[in-house]
Amino acid sequence: MITSLQPSVHEDALASRPPVINDFSIRVATKNGSGSQTANTTLLRALFKMGIPVSGKNLFPSNIQGMPTWYTIRANKDGFIARRPSAEIVVAINPATAIEDYQSVETGGFFMYADDIKLQMNRSDISHYPIPVKKLATENEKDPKLRTYVANMVYVGALAWLLGIDLADIESALLFHFKGKRKPVDSNMKVVRQAHQWAAENLIKTDPFRVEKMNATDGLIMIDGNTAGALGAIYGGVTFAAWYPITPATSLADALNHFLPRLRTDPETGLPTYAILQAEDELAALGMVVGAGWAGARAMTSTSGPGISLMTEFTGLAYFAEVPAVIWDVQRMGPSTGMPTRVSQGDVLKVYFLGHGDAKHPCYLPGNVKECFEFGWRAFDLAEYLQTPVFVLSDLDLGMNQWMSEPFEYPDQPMQRGKVLTADDLKRLGGFARYRDVDGDGIGYRTLPGTDHPLAAYFARGTGHNERAQLSERPEDWENNMARLGRKFEMARKLMPKPIVQRVDDAEIGIISYGSADPAVEEARALLAQAGIKTSYLRLRALPLEQTTTDFIAAHRRCYVVELNTDAQMLQLLRLHAPEFATRLVAANHSDGLPLTADWISAAIRTSEGTAI
Amino acid sequence: MGTASLQKANVIGLQKIDYKGNDSTLCAGCGHDSIASQIITACYEMGVKPEHVIKLSGIGCSSKSPAYFMNRAWGFNTLHGRMAAVATGALTANHKLTGIGVSGDGDTGSIGLGNFKHMVRRNVRMVYIIENNGVYGLTKGQFSATADVGQELKHAGKNELPPIDLCMEALIAECGFVARSFAGDPKQVVTLLKAALSHRGTAVLDIISPCVTFNNHDDSTKSYVWGKTNDDRINDFTYVPHQEEIMVEYEEGEVKEVTLHDGSHILLKKLDSKHDPTDRAAAIELLEEAREKQLFITGLLYVDNRRPSLAEHLRLGDTPLALMPFERLRPSRESLDKILDSMK
Repeated sequence: MITSLQPSVHEDALASRPPVINDFSIRVATKNGSGSQTANTTLLRALFKMGIPVSGKNLFPSNIQGMPTWYTIRANKDGFIARRPSAEIVVAINPATAIEDYQSVETGGFFMYADDIKLQMNRSDISHYPIPVKKLATENEKDPKLRTYVANMVYVGALAWLLGIDLADIESALLFHFKGKRKPVDSNMKVVRQAHQWAAENLIKTDPFRVEKMNATDGLIMIDGNTAGALGAIYGGVTFAAWYPITPATSLADALNHFLPRLRTDPETGLPTYAILQAEDELAALGMVVGAGWAGARAMTSTSGPGISLMTEFTGLAYFAEVPAVIWDVQRMGPSTGMPTRVSQGDVLKVYFLGHGDAKHPCYLPGNVKECFEFGWRAFDLAEYLQTPVFVLSDLDLGMNQWMSEPFEYPDQPMQRGKVLTADDLKRLGGFARYRDVDGDGIGYRTLPGTDHPLAAYFARGTGHNERAQLSERPEDWENNMARLGRKFEMARKLMPKPIVQRVDDAEIGIISYGSADPAVEEARALLAQAGIKTSYLRLRALPLEQTTTDFIAAHRRCYVVELNTDAQMLQLLRLHAPEFATRLVAANHSDGLPLTADWISAAIRTSEGTAI
Repeated sequence: MGTASLQKANVIGLQKIDYKGNDSTLCAGCGHDSIASQIITACYEMGVKPEHVIKLSGIGCSSKSPAYFMNRAWGFNTLHGRMAAVATGALTANHKLTGIGVSGDGDTGSIGLGNFKHMVRRNVRMVYIIENNGVYGLTKGQFSATADVGQELKHAGKNELPPIDLCMEALIAECGFVARSFAGDPKQVVTLLKAALSHRGTAVLDIISPCVTFNNHDDSTKSYVWGKTNDDRINDFTYVPHQEEIMVEYEEGEVKEVTLHDGSHILLKKLDSKHDPTDRAAAIELLEEAREKQLFITGLLYVDNRRPSLAEHLRLGDTPLALMPFERLRPSRESLDKILDSMK
C-alpha cells in the first residue's frame, strides 16, 4: 500500500554537509502541455542572469497534452553544461512518473514534490520537501483551466528559496519570457513570492545545494539553435523560404516568421523583401526553393529526416541542374515517425549522398548556436557561389534547446552572388555556355530569367546535357559533366570551414566529433585527463572532409569518433576519406534518443583503453 | 511573298522566328506539337517578350514540349508531377516574369495532383497547360487517371476506374480561369492561350491532345477522330488585346464581354449552350453533365478575376525578390546588436 510520509528522520545528518555551490542538475517531471515550459525556462534564465553557466534541455514526448515530460537544468561553475545522466535535484509534479522520479534522485540530493503525490518514501540518503502545489495554486487562481499553469510557478518559488535564487532574477527572467508584458509577469510573480514565503516559513533546508552570483555569463546571450539559424539566414539575405511543419525544425520557420517582418520590411516601400510559404509537403517545399533559387532568389527550407526523404528527388535535380539552395536538416531520431522528439545525428550519410546517381553535397555541421548563426548566412554565399544545394545539419538538442553563447558576429564580408552574367556581360561576350568550365574550378556561369539579352536564356534540366545546356545522352558529354562536378566539389572542400583542433602534447588519443556532442566531449576530456588519459580533440564543422582531419588522425595512435547515431556514420565517412588510417579510427557512438553525456563518452573510451574503473 | 508574312514584326519588333524552339522529337502528328505551335503564335501575336518568359514542365512527353517553343525563354524541365511547386518558387522569386507551364495528364492528374491543386489554390500567376491524352506515352501505353471508363488500350486492357477531370479539380480549388480545348482546334487553343496569358492568377487549360502512337484509335475519347466528331463548343470568343478598341459589332444579349486582369477583353458568343462562364456553380454543373453523358465540351468554362494572385497576396513590390539589391537584404549591424541584447 502506498502511503504518504512526512520524511524528516535522517535529515539532520544531511544538513551538516558542506554547501555545494553552483554545481548541480535539476530534473523537473511534469505532464506536457501543462505550461511547465514557462516555469522551466524561467528558472534557467534566472540562473543565467545570476552569471552561472547553465544549460536547459527539454526531454519531451510526441504528444500535445498529458504525457510525461522532463526538463533538465544543469548549472556548473566550471562551465560544463552537457546533460548529466541523473540529477541531484528532482522536482516531481506528475504522479504518473513519481516512483521512477523518486528513485532517480542522486544520493545526497533532494526530492521536491507536490504534496498530493502518494508515494512510499523510504530513502534516507536524500532530503524530502513536500510542497502544497494545489493549495497555493487554488488560492491564486480561481479559473481551474489556468490553475495548472499557475501551479508550475509554485515549484519555481520554492526552488528559489531552497537554492537561494534572487527573486529579482526570477522576475527579470519572466519579463524576458513575456517580452516585457507586465500583467502576466505580475500574476506569475505573485505565485512565486507566495511559494517562496511558504517555503521559508515551512521548510527546513537539509540539502547542500546553493547558488551564488558569478560573472561567468557576462556579455553572453541565451538562445536556441533554430532561432540562431533563422537570424543567420535573415542576415544572409534570405529572400525566399518554403517549409512544412515538422518537429524539431518548425521553430526555425517560426523564427523566420517572427523576425522577417521586423527586420526585412523595406523602410521606403513598407513592403516585404522576402516571401515565406508554408508548403503542402516537404517535396513541394524544396521544389519551390529550387524554382526560386533558379530564378535568382536566396532560397531555403528547413526540415528533419522524414522531410529530407521527400526532398531526395529535388536535391538530385538541383545538384545536376546546378541550382543554389540552402536546406536545414534539424535531425531527430528516425525512422519516419520514429521518435520525433528525440535527438539523433542519424542523417549524416543520407544527406551527404542525397539524390540518385552520383551526388554529394557540402554540409555545414554547426556545433553551437553561434555557428548556427554564422553558417546560416554563409550557406547562401556558398550555395550561390557553387550553384548547388548546401545543407546545414543541426539537431533537436542544438535546435530546440536554449544555449549560452558569445554574441553573434555580424557578417564580415559582403553577400556574394557568384558567377551571374548580366545583359551587359552577354553583349560583351556574345553569348555563353551554361555548364562550361571557363575558370577551371568546375563552376559555370549562369544567367537569371528575365535578363534582357537574346542569348541569355538556357534550358535547365536534370537529364543529360552538354555544356551548352542542350539535351544530350552522349557518353562523353556525361563523363565531362561529372568530371566538372567533381572539380566543383573540390572547390567545396576548400571553401568549407576547417575543423577546430585542440592538440595536446604527447596525447596518443584523439577524439573526433561534431555538432551538439561538443559540450559532452569537452567535459569527457576533463574526466579522462583526471584519469590520466590525455586526449586531443578535432571538432568537424563541415563535409566534405579535408586534409586537417587526415593529419589529425595520422598524428594519433587511436581516434575515437564520438557521435549520436547507431551506425557510426561519420566514422564510415572518415574511413572512406582516410583509408590508410582506417584501423586507427574507433567507434564511440551512442544513440538512445537523449543528448550525449560526458560520463558515457569517458566510460566508453576508458573501457576501450583498458582503464575502466 | 510567302516569307514576307513570316518576317512581319509584332508590337515589340520581333518576328515569329524569334519565338521558335528546337525541332520536336515527339511522334509525327502528336497533338503536343500543335499546342507548341499555338503557344508560339499566341506569344508572337501578343508581343510577349521571350526573355521575360519562363517555360516549365514536369516529366513525360508533354514535358518535353518547352524545348520546342521560344528558345529565347528560360526553360526548366523539372520532376515528374512537380512543376507546379517549381513554378510557385520561380514566379515568387520573380513575379514580373510570364510563366508558361506544360504538363501532362499523368504528370498533373496522378503524381502531381496535390502540388497542382495547391498551386491553383495559391493562385500563382501562370498559364498551366495540361496536354491530356489519357495515356502514359513515354513508358509505352499505361492508362492515366484521365482515361474514361470503358476505354481500351493495347497492353493495358480496359479501364474500369472513373476519370479525374482536371478542369473540375481546378474549379474546386477556386481556379479563376478554367478552359478545355482540343489540339485539333488550333483557333480555339490560340484564343484561349491569349486570354489565359492575360489572367490575374493561375489559368488552367486542359487540352485534349491525342497520342498518335498509343491512344488514337477511333473508339478512344482522346483521339483526333473522336475530338473532331464530338467537339461540342460551349462558346466561341474573340480575344481583344488591351491596346485595341473593341470593333466587333454584336446584337444585344448575343455576346458577353469579360474584362481580363491586364485590361484586355474577351467577347464571348454563346452557342447552343446557355453556359455563363462567370458562374462557378454552373461550370461545375456543366462538367458533371458532360461526365454523365460523356460529352466532349470545349471552351471557356469559368473566368473570375477577383482573387488576388500569390504575388499580390505576398505583397511583392516592384523589384522582384530575385533582383533585390543586396543592401536591401542585410539588416544593419545595430539591428543585430539590439536583438542580441534582448537575449542577454
